[in-house]
Amino acid sequence: MPGKVIPWLKVVVHLLCLLPLLKLLMMFHSGALAAESDPVQFLTHFTGLWALWLLVWDLAITPVRRLSPKLSWLIRFRRMVGLYSFFYATLHMLVYVFLFSGYDTATALEGIRAHHWGVPWQQLKLIVPSMIDDVKQRAFIQVGLITWVLLLALAITSPQRVLRAMGGKNWQRLHRVVYVAGFLALMHFWWSLKKGNNAPAVVSIVFFALMIARLVWTLWQKRKKRARMVTA
Amino acid sequence: MLLRTRQEIPSSEITSQSVMREFQRNRRQFLAGLGTMAGAAMLPRTMFAATKLNASPTKYNLGDITPQSKVTSYNNFIEFGPDKSDPERNAQSMHVRPWTIQVDGLVKQKKTIDIDTLMKLRPIEQRVYRFRCVEGWSMVVPWDGFSLGEFLKTLDPLPSAKFVQFFTLHDPKQMPGVNSSGVGPQGYSEGLRMDEAMHPLTLMTFGSYGETLANQQGAPIRIIVPWKYGFKSPKSIVRIRFVDKQPETTWNDLNAPAYGFYSNVNPSVAPWRSQERERVLGSGFLPKIVGTQPFNGYGNEVAHLYAGMDLRVNY
Repeated sequence: MPGKVIPWLKVVVHLLCLLPLLKLLMMFHSGALAAESDPVQFLTHFTGLWALWLLVWDLAITPVRRLSPKLSWLIRFRRMVGLYSFFYATLHMLVYVFLFSGYDTATALEGIRAHHWGVPWQQLKLIVPSMIDDVKQRAFIQVGLITWVLLLALAITSPQRVLRAMGGKNWQRLHRVVYVAGFLALMHFWWSLKKGNNAPAVVSIVFFALMIARLVWTLWQKRKKRARMVTA
Repeated sequence: MLLRTRQEIPSSEITSQSVMREFQRNRRQFLAGLGTMAGAAMLPRTMFAATKLNASPTKYNLGDITPQSKVTSYNNFIEFGPDKSDPERNAQSMHVRPWTIQVDGLVKQKKTIDIDTLMKLRPIEQRVYRFRCVEGWSMVVPWDGFSLGEFLKTLDPLPSAKFVQFFTLHDPKQMPGVNSSGVGPQGYSEGLRMDEAMHPLTLMTFGSYGETLANQQGAPIRIIVPWKYGFKSPKSIVRIRFVDKQPETTWNDLNAPAYGFYSNVNPSVAPWRSQERERVLGSGFLPKIVGTQPFNGYGNEVAHLYAGMDLRVNY
């Protein structure tokens, strides 16, 4: 993939990653979101699903790249897709805080319109105790929160400057928690649903297939290394 | 691997030549036969269209009724799929006529009663109840029917009958999601204690918004128990059974810690999800979130049923 094409491809991938957000904005504008029976539930699922799928596609980049030396340019998109996953995970959490938790968004918006800037903050203080209760009691929310914190750590340390400051080894060590984040995100998804709902099955299978691909590749590398040592 | 010689092919794998020739000669007829078979499967068991019900208003009359389109497009009916948009899409394959309800167990009047006979038993009332789902949302729905107790009385339950059990239709042919739903072969099962079943608030429901129930709402007959979470209000009922012990119920079997037998709406008991608040659906984009009331707001009428019971234990 010649270097001239990559910047254009980046634009395309940016646009693709922004499509879900564009869809939400269009639904909001057209009233389709309000026409949903349960807009909050819809937003929660939509943002969570995109965060998870983008994370899984991100994890697919390395195994696909290893299929052929010709695909090595794919690495140039790994950071970007990962950051978009974090972006949707953040939206997912904001939906929980401002629309799901009982936060009085209507009153907060009225306050903003009247330039009473303290109102949104007061409303948040009202709801924080019950949100803390919720997090304390619900394992699936804890798992979701941990996932987001891990993605946040990866997002903060994603710029080149940080990589250089940390040193490659340390940076790589930290960024391996992406596998943990993927696994926890799946747990969060399974636990959030009622028993018998197998909606997360497909994304789970894809995730584990990618993990197995990594494992196979690592073992194969080790064998090659050993073989080389023997012949040397 | 050795290649199999001709003699080793089991005869069952070879379509006899004469049959093949016969088939080719009669292919037209054969295909026509298939056509008739398919036609028979689709024969006009007349589709049941929604009909108006003459329902008279009652004192149960909450305001802010949820738009009917939202109520009929957001349903938990796992036999038709796990998503709440699935039932509307998939339940249209269910035939709601002819329909009979089997009554058995500890009761003098064991019988099978036809839905149209049952609907004429008492005048149909319209009651606007709050419907609260354990998932944390609620709706306000005008249901049409009459008190379940009115019907149960006519059946002469034996004194030994302490509970009533309900069964939903279970038919894989009509219910595409039933096999993967976790519902056992007996069908979705729910139950009430006798005094709960006889309570005047408990509604034997044939319609909503003044017309017969949509399939995805549990046509042609369901129960509405307004002070309990929605899953305690079973749909598309084909059997009512009187029993002496607390019956097994589907969600309780699937996940007992989360779905107690009583499952009265209670903001302070929340084994599965927080129940302090609910989103009232049908109010535009921004959620209308209100505090959940004990017994879904029907405490004055039903709290006495649970006098002396620890609701944290018997949830």
